[in-house]
Amino acid sequence: MRVSVDPDRCVSAGQCVMLAPDVFDQDDDGIVTLLQAEPPAELHTVVRQTASLCPVRLIQITE
Amino acid sequence: MTQDHLATELPNFPMTRTCPFSPPAQYAKLRESEPLSQAVLKVTGKPAWLVTTHEHVKAVLGDSRVSSNLKLPGYPHQFHIPEEMLREVRLMLLSMDPPDHTAQRRYLIPEFTARRMRALRPRIQEIVDARIDAILAAGGPVDLVSALALPVPSLVICELLGVPYEDHPQFEEWSALMMNHDISPEEYGAAVVGLDMYLDKLITAKEAEPGDDLISRFIEKNREEPIADHTDIVTMARLMLVGGHETTANMISLGVLGLLEHPEQLDAVKADPELLPGAVEELLRFFSISDSGTARVALEDIELDGVVIKAGEGILSLNNSANHDESVFPDADTLDIRREEARSHLAFGYGIHQCIGQNLARIELEIVYGTLFRRIPGLKLAVPMSELRFKDEALVYGVHELPVTW
Ligand code: SF4
Repeated sequence: MRVSVDPDRCVSAGQCVMLAPDVFDQDDDGIVTLLQAEPPAELHTVVRQTASLCPVRLIQITE
Repeated sequence: MTQDHLATELPNFPMTRTCPFSPPAQYAKLRESEPLSQAVLKVTGKPAWLVTTHEHVKAVLGDSRVSSNLKLPGYPHQFHIPEEMLREVRLMLLSMDPPDHTAQRRYLIPEFTARRMRALRPRIQEIVDARIDAILAAGGPVDLVSALALPVPSLVICELLGVPYEDHPQFEEWSALMMNHDISPEEYGAAVVGLDMYLDKLITAKEAEPGDDLISRFIEKNREEPIADHTDIVTMARLMLVGGHETTANMISLGVLGLLEHPEQLDAVKADPELLPGAVEELLRFFSISDSGTARVALEDIELDGVVIKAGEGILSLNNSANHDESVFPDADTLDIRREEARSHLAFGYGIHQCIGQNLARIELEIVYGTLFRRIPGLKLAVPMSELRFKDEALVYGVHELPVTW
């Protein structure tokens, strides 16, 4: 799994960080940053969930 | 179509609940037969689109062709706001479109990052513990709304914003009025003006001497790169203050009630605090307290599933209906704190306006539910459920009093 984000569109709801703190973080301005672009298998389900929960759908996943 | 014709052909909105724990029964019918339908707004007699399914609510709220600007003709007002008043209203974050919305939100976001919210935990815990100490000292029965549900979020938001908590009786009253469907435009106007005058003074003081709080930091950033004038800052502070306590307070009381009425699930939470975050999500979904719909107006013709919402028409996204959509939440009218898909709820909205304080609310709810039932395990209702008065007339659903004992 590969994860990518488009920080320009982030509205900083923080859904991703609350749910998958090992994969996503927020910088001091609250904008999403990626901690790992290729998360291990045990995180795949939760990462897929963040992609569907992000209110502006900016988390892209390729599997 | 004439107004008369509309009034006879179309259902009225808001629709009434038959059960205090369930959305109005018509929502389920609409989701099934007509996910995008029209209704007449009771307050203004004007038509608006109702969006009822999870999928469509996400589609509408995520669409950049809809506006939140309440001054646009066609905006589905739930209050009767006189023309002159509407012309003078300052748009707040909630009713702004990009790029103004983006600019203001950018100034506020650093205050609400997940990290910042986590750092607030110990202080919130302290606040909750102090309130529960007071409840235990007073002895039952107590009204949990005034003893816990309102003071906790009110104290938290006051500290965050730098608003003196001593003034709370006054602004809690204004804020409750502003959340009420049923008051006259004059009463509504007076509540807004009262709160704005109060905040105006406070902000003038902070402009002269900034403190270590959200409003002061906003003022300072705004000095470096101005996006707002003094009145905009007053409006922003009003939104934060009202939004920060009324909503969470209602969720605290309803959540406690929901758990008390589902003893098996309450026992599970008491036995395993790890279930708490999931329970919070499920309670947010189940009650969906911002009940009256998220208002938008179409900027262009929008086609959804073969239905065309024309430019200039008003839209209400019914988050409460979306959160009870069986295709996403099987057996949706059942409270199930172990529900896996609970987090997909739209209780905080969706799209660019999704609630900025959602993670603060989550933490407050988790700490309150967890601490309350740990410290007062025998908590129970002090009156029969049938005697509770629910806020059917308010923009945010809740219960007026929650008498409990132990
Ligand atoms: S959920 Fe989406 S909008 Fe929110 S912080 Fe994460 S990436 Fe940004």
